[in-house]
Amino acid sequence: MATLEVEGIQKSFGGVQAVRGVSFAVEPGEMLALIGPNGAGKSTCFNMLNGQLRPDAGRVRLQGRDITGLKPREVWRLGVGRTFQITATFGSMTVRENVQMALLSHHRRLGQLWRPVARMDAAEADALLARLGMAGQAGRPCGILAYGDLKRVELAIALANQPALLLMDEPTAGMAPQERVSLMALTAGIARERGIAVLFTEHDMDVVFSHADRILVLDRGALIAEGAPQAVRNDPRVREVYLGSGATSGH
Amino acid sequence: MASGLTVIFGVSRIVNFAHGSLYMLGAYLAWTLVTSLPRGHLGFWGGVLGAALAVGVIGLVVEMLLLRRIYRAPELFQLLATFGVVLVVQDLALLTWGAQDLLGPRAPGLRGSVEILGLRFPLYELFLIVVGPVVLGLLLLLFHRTRWGTLVRAATQDREMVGALGVNQRMLFTSVFFLGSVLAGLGGALQLPRESVNLHMDLAIITEAFVVVVVGGLGSLSGAALAALLIGELHAFGILVFPKITLVLVFLVMAVVLVVRPHGLRGKPQPAAHGVAAAEPMIGAAPPALKLAGAVALLLAVALPPFLGDYALTVLTEIAICILFAASLHLIMGPGGMASFGHAAYFGLGAYGAALAATWLGVPMLGGLAMAPVLAGIFGVVFGWFCVRLSGVYSAMLTLAFAQIAWSVAFQWVELTGGDNGILGVWPDGWAAPKLAYYYLALALCLGGTLLLRRVVHAPFGYALRAQRDSALRAEAIGIDAFRIRWWGFTLAAIAAGVAGGLFAYGKGSVFPTYLAIPRSVDALLMVLLGGVQTLSGPIVGAIAYAGLQERLMRLLEYWRLVLGAVIILLVLFFPQGLAGAARFFWERRHGDA
Repeated sequence: MATLEVEGIQKSFGGVQAVRGVSFAVEPGEMLALIGPNGAGKSTCFNMLNGQLRPDAGRVRLQGRDITGLKPREVWRLGVGRTFQITATFGSMTVRENVQMALLSHHRRLGQLWRPVARMDAAEADALLARLGMAGQAGRPCGILAYGDLKRVELAIALANQPALLLMDEPTAGMAPQERVSLMALTAGIARERGIAVLFTEHDMDVVFSHADRILVLDRGALIAEGAPQAVRNDPRVREVYLGSGATSGH
Repeated sequence: MASGLTVIFGVSRIVNFAHGSLYMLGAYLAWTLVTSLPRGHLGFWGGVLGAALAVGVIGLVVEMLLLRRIYRAPELFQLLATFGVVLVVQDLALLTWGAQDLLGPRAPGLRGSVEILGLRFPLYELFLIVVGPVVLGLLLLLFHRTRWGTLVRAATQDREMVGALGVNQRMLFTSVFFLGSVLAGLGGALQLPRESVNLHMDLAIITEAFVVVVVGGLGSLSGAALAALLIGELHAFGILVFPKITLVLVFLVMAVVLVVRPHGLRGKPQPAAHGVAAAEPMIGAAPPALKLAGAVALLLAVALPPFLGDYALTVLTEIAICILFAASLHLIMGPGGMASFGHAAYFGLGAYGAALAATWLGVPMLGGLAMAPVLAGIFGVVFGWFCVRLSGVYSAMLTLAFAQIAWSVAFQWVELTGGDNGILGVWPDGWAAPKLAYYYLALALCLGGTLLLRRVVHAPFGYALRAQRDSALRAEAIGIDAFRIRWWGFTLAAIAAGVAGGLFAYGKGSVFPTYLAIPRSVDALLMVLLGGVQTLSGPIVGAIAYAGLQERLMRLLEYWRLVLGAVIILLVLFFPQGLAGAARFFWERRHGDA
């Protein structure tokens, strides 16, 4: 069974149809890229999947279960991790504490009033950070971290509830080229190892074509192409959209 | 009045307590002008308009001297600064016009009344009913038909963009503030023939106006008008049908509106401000030096009192109570990131809980002390449910409105609470009657409570509070129900404040409505801000410093509000980190620590 099934979701803002009837599915362990020019509806699509926006029509199913219109925190409880285009972490806490928060929430221990956080789930958080190459930074405050490192922290937080699906909105935006490749390689490795379905949007075509198993192309709110990287690269409609918008269309 | 507030808020996003003071000044100035000018049409209407313009100029001065400097400061500090203005103006008005109520003359030409449907309506009331919509219409015209109005509306939506387009924002804000002040002054002046002018007008009207603005939706003129009409009708008919519970009725309407439409009838969600807020500092273990200082202070607090006199013991007991009160407010302000301008409500409810249990149920002291947090907690749950639904200034305004409601109930429900006379004879049991014994009891409970709160901040719950403050988006994305966390945080703070209030009641032997009045809420705010919001030791240091300071001031000076207000303003302008924050800053700089 596919991890995520999306069926004809639609969203309008005022008179503008941002997303018009998009359907697709993501399989366990698969890296699926959602690309398209600016304003194609990628972020809107994304926000409907994890509950930040409610679709006007259509269904979203996670492992066969209908999650359409649930709140983000309910979607998270069902096993969807999420990273943001602009990183959102807890600036007054250390890297380790950020991950601990996700772990504590996953174990439903946030209501506890007595035991100090310092002693709870610290080992598990450190293990997760080590897996992402962040062990050395665990004690540093998130507020002073370099942007590339914040992206890794976000990934660690998103992995804390052992998700079936990972949603990554522009995971490498704002990173140096080398960091991009290593972060995506890491993500792909973890996804395959744990059978996590990954859906990501991305502007960097190098990242997309070297790491995606499959690609969806969105233009003006509708899917115009879907398939393996090679097929998408040669699709005449995709070439038209991208040449028209002036972006590079791969190598 | 409300329209003035909503316009100012919309553009400058400065929530303004001083607006109530401007309103009061309008009434006082109108009284002076009308009574000194020759009688007749010119004297009255000229006086009213003159007062409105004079208030406009006063508003202008306040804006240029104070507010202009703090537009970039956190909203909480802006609120606090305007509260400083309120205190200063109150004492200035007391100095100028004295404490007695002043009665104004009736409006010439509108003295009579007419009969409509068998009910007599005073002409002046009818006139006011007409004036409201006319002023509203003029404002709408001004905002939609003039270049200035367009700029103001643009600035309401996106301040930075308007600035980037080359508009002089300073002039724009100043002119808006002037207009808002004139409206406030006019509102105050027009009240003159209806009711006497007194020193409580400012806070009374500001509460009402906040309710109107919150119900109508911030920044929406038509919403404010609609809400003012609704609340006005409620008052009018409420007094006919249920004279005793009009306030509760108003509160119920506000509750219903906010549940159905969290941003008011015509309001929209606030657009997020550009730019990223500075990261809040971390909370770590106390440095060794601080631990040592704390241990020494505790040792002194335990060892010294047997050698002190009764008066010193009373003061020390109050300081201990203040520490718990400040620490409870700090929980929602610091880690919770919410502002409460009505925290005294829970302190006072605690005091009343203890006193009512003692006088009506005749329970012994420990029972009364147990009732205190229960009553405060119950109201914390109910009020908190409303307050934490909203964020930032909305929430702060609501806490204030609830505190005001709690105060008026305590003040008006004479059968139960004794009204202004309070409840007397709430004395501790025999074993705790000596001052020394009671001091130790208060110290144990207050320090215990404070340490407990500190423990909570370090526990998962406290981290969850900080998490939703740091990033609401991320908190929601990892399954944290921010609303519920804030709600329980609020309740916990209310319970702790209730304990403090109960102890205070038995310490004083009596309970008065002033225990839950706004000045006491401000006391708590000042203790927290004086000490510094961002450190855990802040509220403790602040409580000690503030309680000591206030005790001296009230003893020495008649016009202590004036001094206190000035201190607040200076604090906001020059000392935004508070005492503990400043100490930490110097400490870290000296040790080369980032």
